[in-house]
Amino acid sequence: MIDANLIFDSETRLTGSALGCRRGGRRVFDGLDFEVQAGDFLSLVGKNGSGKSTFLRMIAGFVPKVAGEVIYNQGGKTAAALASEDITLVGHQNGLKPGMSLRNNATFYYRLMTGGVPAPERLQIAADIFALGSLLDEPVQYFSSGQRHRSALMRFPFVARQIWLMDEPTVGLDADNRAALAALIQHHMACGGIVIAATHDPMWVQGNVLNMDQFQPAHGTETDDEGWL
Amino acid sequence: MSAQPSVSSVFVALVRRDMALAWSQGGASLLALGFFLIAVSLFPFGVGPEPQILARIAPGVIWVVALLACVVSLDRLYQADYEDGSLDDLTLSPLGLVGVAGAKVLAHWLSTTLPLAIAAPALAVLLNLPDAGYPVLVASLLIGTPALSLIGSIGASLTVAVRRGGVLMFLLILPLYVPTLIFGVGAVDAAVTMSDPLPHLALLAATTLVATVVGLAASAAALKLAME
Repeated sequence: MIDANLIFDSETRLTGSALGCRRGGRRVFDGLDFEVQAGDFLSLVGKNGSGKSTFLRMIAGFVPKVAGEVIYNQGGKTAAALASEDITLVGHQNGLKPGMSLRNNATFYYRLMTGGVPAPERLQIAADIFALGSLLDEPVQYFSSGQRHRSALMRFPFVARQIWLMDEPTVGLDADNRAALAALIQHHMACGGIVIAATHDPMWVQGNVLNMDQFQPAHGTETDDEGWL
Repeated sequence: MSAQPSVSSVFVALVRRDMALAWSQGGASLLALGFFLIAVSLFPFGVGPEPQILARIAPGVIWVVALLACVVSLDRLYQADYEDGSLDDLTLSPLGLVGVAGAKVLAHWLSTTLPLAIAAPALAVLLNLPDAGYPVLVASLLIGTPALSLIGSIGASLTVAVRRGGVLMFLLILPLYVPTLIFGVGAVDAAVTMSDPLPHLALLAATTLVATVVGLAASAAALKLAME
């Protein structure tokens, strides 16, 4: 694929214990334990509102946790949070500027994350993974929602980062592109990458499953002790 | 992993993208500049064409309208990125949120408020500003407009998650603009009345420096809150 010789640190490990998270005064999940290490695929399943997206955003450091701790080991060092340099996150919004072409959007993303300018071949290869090669110079505003979603997924191979956080990556993808996504994930795992994906669909990738429904707070304890604020 | 990314080139990339977006179709810069030109040229119609009256109110009118034009353009400073999800990318970039706020404010100043300062002398002619006022008018706008972008950034970041947050932002920001307005207009008035504008300009510069320190930190904190 795109970086032929890329191998990530095989010692990387991410462990969370008794994690709790609150959004808008409501406990989203409680007592969540998980562990992933280099080469792992973790799929998050669960009902709507069970906290799959919140969990991903918590790992990325956007949402603070109210209980428990995350330990992150990489390169012999231990930290309480992931370094943002190791994460690629693609959520429900695709983060594309409609007036700019896909090439400009992708080039900006690359420069934003690495400070460098991507080689045109690299951009072409990344675009071809999701069959976007012929659309590179089209303004994103004329893309269909599936094309936009694929353009967002293009970030994963485009910028080399060890930990991929995917929120509903298969939504709107046809069979060919789902297969391409599965191949991409498998390649990333083979390189020692970590993939955590929230999904309702089978991903065609072997890995651990974390069922978010089992971490729902018991009924009646959902209200916040600290009052409505 | 690859070498440590160069933060300065990431900063430059963000400034350039934001400037390009501001001047592209539907960008805020032309809107602000158009608002500035039209609103100032309405005053001679409103207060009548007497040259003395226009000359007396010229510094105040130009400063007040520049300030309003700035607020009009600030509405989307962070909101566009928040809504399309690119604020997530910006947060994960090596810049950090203070750097992101700094780059976005710099881009806003360069693309939107700086053109106002450049257009101001032409409008001052329309309002019959005395000759002695021109250099100080431009100088005061150059020194004071960064504070407008910086203080505005606080309001824009606080209201980023609020739908139709524009009115709220107006109410938050405009009172904070008062010191900048007083010192800016004071400097031009001093030059027109042949007294020393330097103390006013120095206080204006102090306002901008305070806004730099407070504005970026406060914007970063507000954005972090909005990311939840």
